[in-house]
Amino acid sequence: MSDLIKPELVCPAGTPASLRTAVDAGANSVYCGFKGPTNARNFPGLNFSKKELSESVKYAHDKDAMVLAAINSFPTAGRTDLWKQSVDDAVDIGIDAVIIADIGMAKYVAEQHPDQRLHLSVQAGASSPEAINFYVERFNVKRVVLPRILTVPEIKRVHDAIDCEIEAFVFGNIGMMAEGRCSLTNYVTGISTNMDGVCSPASHVDYEPDEDDGLTTRLGDFAIDCISCGETAGYPTICKGRYDTAHKKNYYAFEEPISLNLTRLLPDLMKAGVTALKIEGRQRSRAYIRSVVSAFRDAVDAYAAGEEPDITELIALTEGHKETQGAFKSKSWR
Amino acid sequence: MRDKHKRDQPRIYKDSQAGPVSKVMPLFAIQPILRRIVQHVANLHPELFERLDDSCRKHFLIDAKGMPFLLLLRPDPDNLMLVAKSRHEEIPYDVLVSGKFKTLLRMIDSKTDSDALFFNRDITVTGDTEAIVALRNALDDMDATLADDVATAFGPLRGPVRASIDAVTKIVGSRT
Repeated sequence: MSDLIKPELVCPAGTPASLRTAVDAGANSVYCGFKGPTNARNFPGLNFSKKELSESVKYAHDKDAMVLAAINSFPTAGRTDLWKQSVDDAVDIGIDAVIIADIGMAKYVAEQHPDQRLHLSVQAGASSPEAINFYVERFNVKRVVLPRILTVPEIKRVHDAIDCEIEAFVFGNIGMMAEGRCSLTNYVTGISTNMDGVCSPASHVDYEPDEDDGLTTRLGDFAIDCISCGETAGYPTICKGRYDTAHKKNYYAFEEPISLNLTRLLPDLMKAGVTALKIEGRQRSRAYIRSVVSAFRDAVDAYAAGEEPDITELIALTEGHKETQGAFKSKSWR
Repeated sequence: MRDKHKRDQPRIYKDSQAGPVSKVMPLFAIQPILRRIVQHVANLHPELFERLDDSCRKHFLIDAKGMPFLLLLRPDPDNLMLVAKSRHEEIPYDVLVSGKFKTLLRMIDSKTDSDALFFNRDITVTGDTEAIVALRNALDDMDATLADDVATAFGPLRGPVRASIDAVTKIVGSRT
């Protein structure tokens, strides 16, 4: 038996059926959002009405799981009422924690709902002890979701210097950016990832096949990738596109389609004091959630028991069938 | 700026390579069965339409490789339509989804992850991406499998119908 403390497994859900799947697969908590721009996965057909979230919270609580409401996009002037209403609805439903990115919304929760547990979203981009402690002292934040830019030793140093829990991403989509600050989608489409809650909105994405079984991916008026026959595809985001540059043709100028997979680093994260392990993918299907959550449930339980887990099946669910440990392992991970 | 008008124009499906089987296929016999199926699924899952929002008025053309015909779906609660279309026809559509029959069925029933299928190029999507994302998410919120729903559309015949679906899935799946 290992002396590692078993962390909370935090899993994604984009629909009520996904939430039930995550709970049944072994999630300790599930994070999800309301329909509309108040969360960072504002995709067509995705997310919850207040009634659906209320029923889902009951389902989760009946099975000893928690539900966290992601209200983690940034409201602009004249639109804050929608974000405040979402917070009020989440609290009214009996949500276990509200995940906030905007400092104004953090103030709103702290003042209007002082008993509500508050988490700081990865979108807030708080990576230093000083920044995190500011949120803890001013708004009584209980947990910070760390940006995916820190090594495990750096996470340990943050843990030793802050007065709240740490949640760390362990699997799924990874972007090479300071979270909450990427404006690439905004630059091309006029729609903001951070303020409208959607990166590469589907309304602006086109896939054009050619006669040779190739595929051109467009975002707005711009071709962002040309995939030839037999090549795997990635998400239609600018940061994962290929471009002709001065020194290379058809080149992943920003980063390759790849998924974060920290299964091998789980013991190190647990030793570093990480309280909660987060799986990305509220936009993914129930099949993905079932597979990934089950695999991580087994992996976390195995490591906590001092055993070696079998993690071979996760690679099939990664973007481009490639995985990385990102900045968690090394500051240069290309 | 993006030409929104251009995007909203329906595309036209045209398959000059279609085999002779589809030309003689008696599609009129299938149409009432498809009507019954789509109406039954709509009655069982009214929440589908809320998730689809405006995309319910789009025309989804489903090209299951190995099937001698195509399926055209308009999931509009006020004007539901699921019809079989000959591969020799010119068919206006908003979204075209292509893949092996078994792959598409497993995707609809959430037995396999559609993003992973897309990354692996096992399915192809062209046309209105917003509409297909909405449909994917709406279907993914259904707990039941499509095969079960289709079988229950036939009341006391659900057993034999379910067996037929499984048999067809196996036969078409083995051909593709």
